[in-house]
Amino acid sequence: MTLSARELGFRYPSGGGVEALDLDVAPGEIVGILGPNGSGKSTLVRLLSGVLPPATGEVRLGGVPLGALSRREIARRVAVVPQEPSFELPFTALEIVLLGRHPHLAGIAFEAASDLEAARAALARVDASALAERPVGSLSAGERQRVMVARALAQSTPVLLLDEPSSFLDLRHQVELFDLVRALAAEGRAVAAVLHDLNLAAEYCDRVVLLADGRTAAAGPTAATLTYAHLTRVYGTEVYVDVNDLTGTLVVTPLSGRARARLAADSPRPPAAPRA
Amino acid sequence: MRARPPLTRRRAAAVLGLLALATGLALLAGLAGGAARLPVARWLAAWSGGDPFARSVLLEIRLPRAFGAAVLGGALALAGGAFQALLRNPLADPYVLGVSGGAALGGVLALVAGAPAGAVPVAAFAGALATLILVERIATTDGRLSVYTLLLTGAIFNAFAAAVLFFLQSVASLEQLHSIVFFLMGRIPTLGGPRLAGLAGVALAVAAVLAFRARAFNALGLGEEGALQLGVDVERLKRETYVLGSLLTALAVAHAGMIGFVGLVVPHLLRLLFGPDHRLLLPASLLGGAAFLVLSDLAARTLVAPRELPVGVVTALVGGPFFLLLLRRRGSRV
Repeated sequence: MTLSARELGFRYPSGGGVEALDLDVAPGEIVGILGPNGSGKSTLVRLLSGVLPPATGEVRLGGVPLGALSRREIARRVAVVPQEPSFELPFTALEIVLLGRHPHLAGIAFEAASDLEAARAALARVDASALAERPVGSLSAGERQRVMVARALAQSTPVLLLDEPSSFLDLRHQVELFDLVRALAAEGRAVAAVLHDLNLAAEYCDRVVLLADGRTAAAGPTAATLTYAHLTRVYGTEVYVDVNDLTGTLVVTPLSGRARARLAADSPRPPAAPRA
Repeated sequence: MRARPPLTRRRAAAVLGLLALATGLALLAGLAGGAARLPVARWLAAWSGGDPFARSVLLEIRLPRAFGAAVLGGALALAGGAFQALLRNPLADPYVLGVSGGAALGGVLALVAGAPAGAVPVAAFAGALATLILVERIATTDGRLSVYTLLLTGAIFNAFAAAVLFFLQSVASLEQLHSIVFFLMGRIPTLGGPRLAGLAGVALAVAAVLAFRARAFNALGLGEEGALQLGVDVERLKRETYVLGSLLTALAVAHAGMIGFVGLVVPHLLRLLFGPDHRLLLPASLLGGAAFLVLSDLAARTLVAPRELPVGVVTALVGGPFFLLLLRRRGSRV
């Protein structure tokens, strides 16, 4: 199911928002949403998931406008992994994952054995089976993030929106999560992910959209878009873009003040350490 | 820490069955206990019509009292559970959103104006409905109901109502003052059959509606945005819950004054015991609240017989320490 947005605009009453955004995410694709703080990334996710009604433009799911779908119908098509999930009831991890089945159940219904199976399988896919019966309150931030990814999986939707899904994850779980996201896309899901880590974006995203001040600053295939010119302009700081010899993917390194000073002094190598 | 598997239909049915049994036993105890001693032999005689005194004690005094306590306790605990779900705050109780202040104000105004006794609950209910509408209007901006504003508005309205009540009491005659205190102090009224059946019908209907919203309340545990992403129509849920919970509270306060503690402690206690899943928590609150208030009323009638304690005193004196004890033992799970 293709997710597409045209001319999307929204303004918060207190300022900030997005303007004239276009986005297409096709099944099998991972599209990265990048940009500095306050550039409108999370607002875009909220618009795409129908949590915010757009002021202008529209979002379509498989050609159907979001506005023509009920909340429940949207939730059967789009799952969101939020940036900062809130847990206001003392549920266990497994119970949180089971909430993902909500849009598929009717009435008072209790989850069937198949729902429980789906939830346990989702926990297993994020390496969190051992957490199943622990209260979410006792989990670390990274563990909670994995539980929320499992909850989105249990929702079994064709579209997946991830808002900074890896901000609290350690190195191994970061790689495992994005390998999983890659596999989910390969299974035919359309994935859009807000990312801060440009190197993760370079490794995993097929295409990226660079946002600045709520507008699209650049968009296109990852390697062609994550350029020195674009990144330096959008993030407002000097970066160094290179290709990793081992993997062939782009590596983006922000230049520190010290590095910039050295460059300005035209001495690209650090001075040799004084000998004793 | 004990691991808790997810709620199944079977476990929910088992817990509700046990609670229904407990409520049944509490009602029997409510019939058995009282100022006059009635051995079982006289119950049988009362049933066959051979003992008019026993018959009148059982059917005209104790039965309506026990059923009244069951209906009011169930309604209050259900309203408390619903408000705790709506506000995502385990400290919420049925009185927190202002409706009780409006009911008290309506009832006391009627008393001060010298209205007949039968009009007092009606005036109290009208006051509660007016408050419900007012608070809802204030807490709604751009068609969205903010639960924080709701909570604040309710608390401030209650404080305002309390001040007006003090004012009315200071200008009331001594005789009026007595009836005002009696009206405000929580007690179980002796209601006629049709009225009781009506109240029970409303409580059961609200319980049924809320049971259908139970999974949505669970989803609300992920915050309003989290629930939206799971397909919950959050605005409708909030509004429905506020109106239905307030309706129960309005009916309870109009008939029984302010009986504290039931609506706070019963849902909280059940959450500690059986977990936060509202598919079990809400119907369990209805039953648990019924049993708790029937037993509290029994204690209120018998502890200092032939005099009576206000039932609100008993609920707090018994419920408070018990609750704190449980909190100490299981606190880590909330």
